[in-house]
Amino acid sequence: MNVKKNLVAATMLAGTMTALSFMSAGTAQAQGALVMYCGVQEEWCRAMTTAFERETGIKVSMTRKSAGEVYAQVKAEAANPRADIWWGGTGDPHMQAAEEGITEEYKSPKMGELQDWAVRQWEQSKGRTVGIYSGALGFGYNTDLVKSNNIPEPKCWADLLKPELKDEVQVADPNSSGTAYTLLATIVQIMGEDKGFEYLKALHKNVNQYTKSGAAPAKAMALGETTAGIAFMHDIVTMVVDKAPVKVVAPCEGTGYEIGSMSLIKGAKNMDNAKKFYDWALTADAQKLGADAKSYQVPSNKSTPIPPQSPKLSDIKLINFDFAKYGSSAERKRLLSKWDNEVKNLPK
Amino acid sequence: MSRATLGWIVLSWVGFALLPWYGFDRTAVLTLTDYFVSGSALIHGLGGAWWLLPILVPLCMALAPVFRPAAQTNGNWLIASGLLGLALIVVQGFSIGLNGWMLDILRGLFGEPGPSQAGMGYGAALTATAFLIVLCHGLAAHGWCRGDAFVTSSIGVVIALIAVFVFFPVTTILASAFADNSGNFAPFEFFGKFMDRSIWGLDCLSSNLRCGVAWNTLFLGLLVGVGTTALGLAFALIATRTEFRFKKLLRVMSVLPIITPPFVIGLALILLFGRSGALSNVLWEWFGVPRSRWIYGLPGVLIAQLLAFTPIAFLVLIGVVQGISPTLEEASQTLRAKSWTTFWTVTLPLMRPGLANAFLLGFVESLADFGNPLVLGGNYEVLSTKIFFAVVGAQQDQGRAAVLSIILLAFTLGAFWLQHAWLGKKVYTTVTGKGDAGIPLPLPRRVALASYFTAIPWASFTVAVYAVIVVGAFVRSMGRDYTPTLEHFLTAFRVESSDSGFYFSGSAWDSFFATVKVAALSAPLTAAIGLLTAYLLTRQRFSGQRAFEFGTLLSFAIPGTVVGVSYILAFNVPPIEITGTGFILVMCFVFRNMPVGVRSGIATLSQIDKSLDEASLTLGAGSSTTMRRIVLPLLRPAIVASLVYSFVRAMTAVSAVIFLVTAEYNMATTYIVGRVEAGEFGLAIAYSTVLILVMLLAIVAIQLAVGERRLGRRSASTAPSPVAVQAVP
Repeated sequence: MNVKKNLVAATMLAGTMTALSFMSAGTAQAQGALVMYCGVQEEWCRAMTTAFERETGIKVSMTRKSAGEVYAQVKAEAANPRADIWWGGTGDPHMQAAEEGITEEYKSPKMGELQDWAVRQWEQSKGRTVGIYSGALGFGYNTDLVKSNNIPEPKCWADLLKPELKDEVQVADPNSSGTAYTLLATIVQIMGEDKGFEYLKALHKNVNQYTKSGAAPAKAMALGETTAGIAFMHDIVTMVVDKAPVKVVAPCEGTGYEIGSMSLIKGAKNMDNAKKFYDWALTADAQKLGADAKSYQVPSNKSTPIPPQSPKLSDIKLINFDFAKYGSSAERKRLLSKWDNEVKNLPK
Repeated sequence: MSRATLGWIVLSWVGFALLPWYGFDRTAVLTLTDYFVSGSALIHGLGGAWWLLPILVPLCMALAPVFRPAAQTNGNWLIASGLLGLALIVVQGFSIGLNGWMLDILRGLFGEPGPSQAGMGYGAALTATAFLIVLCHGLAAHGWCRGDAFVTSSIGVVIALIAVFVFFPVTTILASAFADNSGNFAPFEFFGKFMDRSIWGLDCLSSNLRCGVAWNTLFLGLLVGVGTTALGLAFALIATRTEFRFKKLLRVMSVLPIITPPFVIGLALILLFGRSGALSNVLWEWFGVPRSRWIYGLPGVLIAQLLAFTPIAFLVLIGVVQGISPTLEEASQTLRAKSWTTFWTVTLPLMRPGLANAFLLGFVESLADFGNPLVLGGNYEVLSTKIFFAVVGAQQDQGRAAVLSIILLAFTLGAFWLQHAWLGKKVYTTVTGKGDAGIPLPLPRRVALASYFTAIPWASFTVAVYAVIVVGAFVRSMGRDYTPTLEHFLTAFRVESSDSGFYFSGSAWDSFFATVKVAALSAPLTAAIGLLTAYLLTRQRFSGQRAFEFGTLLSFAIPGTVVGVSYILAFNVPPIEITGTGFILVMCFVFRNMPVGVRSGIATLSQIDKSLDEASLTLGAGSSTTMRRIVLPLLRPAIVASLVYSFVRAMTAVSAVIFLVTAEYNMATTYIVGRVEAGEFGLAIAYSTVLILVMLLAIVAIQLAVGERRLGRRSASTAPSPVAVQAVP
């Protein structure tokens, strides 16, 4: 029957399409490729991939995701990894991945050129992740709004609790953002756990929205959607450079910081290319790209020029952040569920 | 024993002995021999993969009828071969995984880790398909479906596809609701998670604490359902029953939000009504209305969803309003009913199926919507975002995501059931073969006024929102810096020319190409499977038809977030290992959107008299010719509707794909959501305008390629317009 032929033809067609889409995946990776999960802002991710492709001819397939999303995906794929390298994003999830052994140990020949904090990250993770940049946590405020509403300029963490700022502070939700988790860990380390949670509860009254992404409060400040916002200082600096009426503050009590990291995925299909990228990403030339892409973190290679717009680490009172303790998944889980129960569900 | 049966038996051998049984390691450089023989199940089986060898038994059983073509028992042999073959493939696939035995019992019996194997490839797929068809041919030989092998095979294929791509993933996710974080069976955790106060809490009624996320979702869904139905009805009444001058404009505006990536609307709302938004500025400077953040939360999400889903209600209702027979209304008037009474007791009740469908669609779309709550939700949490962050958030609790998914699924199915119950068994047929000479009555005054007062402000509001979208794409930073610029388009779509040709260095090109490719692949597949199913449901009678219909509906009832999570859970490990490929995206879209093909196919096919097919057959045309020259041309509106809808959906869907995208197959929507989350509104809006243009072009192209259906009618065709049918998600 001819109808049967139609069915056969339809099946064949479907089969061919399937085959095509499988094979196109195959060829994209066959000619010396690299699959990268990127955890920083899109422009920087793009700049890195383009520069690396031009320099080595290795085709990079890059997906940008937030640090938490990358970690979830790498973990889900652990039985059968899809990615080769995970570049960028706050250090916590990198440390967690190292703890779970889903990333690979590697000692780059470029190790000697790095700042101490970058090497310390590598040592603490037993060689599974390395620091590529660092940035201090801070907050900022919209100068126009502060002026027009006669709000005293906030200078310390404690100033954010002032009643004038009721409903005027924005910060991300630590359940979805590494930035906000850094805040949680920082406050607990500065004030101690009990006092720290008292602080967070008081802050809750002033928070207008817990955003999903860590950098969102910086953008909201620039637009004037919120007066003050807590974020990494380099994210706020990006807004300042963009001529937004925003001022960056390094809190007077001291503050924590993140070490943006890079890890090789265990069982990566293109391990050699991944290592090539790893070594290249630690060079001063590669690290310079950050500032060009309007990302003002402090690079980890000693000879990379620190962008003039970057907040000077010497002006900031950095606390001795215990990455080993607050990066561990047990402590993380405990703090997050405590925050969920004691802070997030509070009435305003 | 037909030639087709023989062909499928041969194919089953080809799949087993020639084609690669396993999927390729996608980093390997493939040679031609990898595609033939060397990776086949036969070679693997002889080389140590002993579990593949038993499949030879059913393969040989299928040969029995080949050598004795006339035997009576051939049907039995085919059935036995097909059943055994499928069973063996499934059993070996699910008991031996990437890292050894998959079941604890086997681990206990035979020791760890046991043999391992990769995911199935072309060979396995072909052999399994062949076994399935052989089984169906065997059943046809036994007299099922009047012995029509084509019909049994089609039913078999559709059932198998639904089983693999709907039931399998959905059961996987439902199962993980009953497991703890390390994967052990823990039914008590389910109740703990299910009864959680953050889900069902009613604190907002008695105090100023938050209510549970389930109530939030339900409340929002009901509001959106009622709102879109009311607005859609107002538009539909104006378009069909009044002399309104700008009807054409109304039609265009009704299509626009459908082809707009949904979160873009949320974005435009922030730029208009945010604390520093354009309208808020005007209100503050001219009237002293204090700026506030009211848009973040329930009001914002509600407005955005009303904007996005009202067109769907409109398109559903306009078909229904057009279809109402004026004769009935005239009869009512002849009996001296006032125009208001007529409207209230005749017109409105006849619209019930339309109203119910419009409400249902609004409700379901609201439940499944992910982009708007993400952008505008503020502290108002709904299930779809909550499920997402249960998976990717810092706590990484998949079981919780599954529990929340079950609640979401229950809401959706509950709405379906209610709709069925409300419509009952009453007859709403008003379009018959007989001529209808009546003229539609003008609307009663108060209904007309109410419609105008609802529709016109809303329409101007829609225009304002789209103005913001267009302007936002061409200025530096909407809301802050209105310097005209092409910067966003350059960032996203820059093309550099180098020695080796053009280099697409814009950051959006990858996702753009991937999206177009996936949408273009999934659209014809969706249409084909959908129309085939519709053909089976309308032109054939077989037992279990109702259950079959319900199965096709299920994929439509499951919200996108749940589908996304369940696909990751089900398809990241063997036997079916397709995460990270474009294939999983295509399959996801095909089964998400297939019901539209089914619905529009059923609608159109039931209008076509069977006697047309029969006439063609009587005049000596083969069934293939009949299909090609009679049925398919008459099906054009349905083909257009399902093609357009699946193409558009593949380009605008967010919730399902956000888990499935990879470096190679990043989708436009996830790219845009990322930009929105990072606050780069200009870029997101610029990209969206490009997508809107592409979709418009695609719709025009599809219309031209498929062509119009020409019916010998004197007046305007009563067939629903293609756009009207596409409204069923």
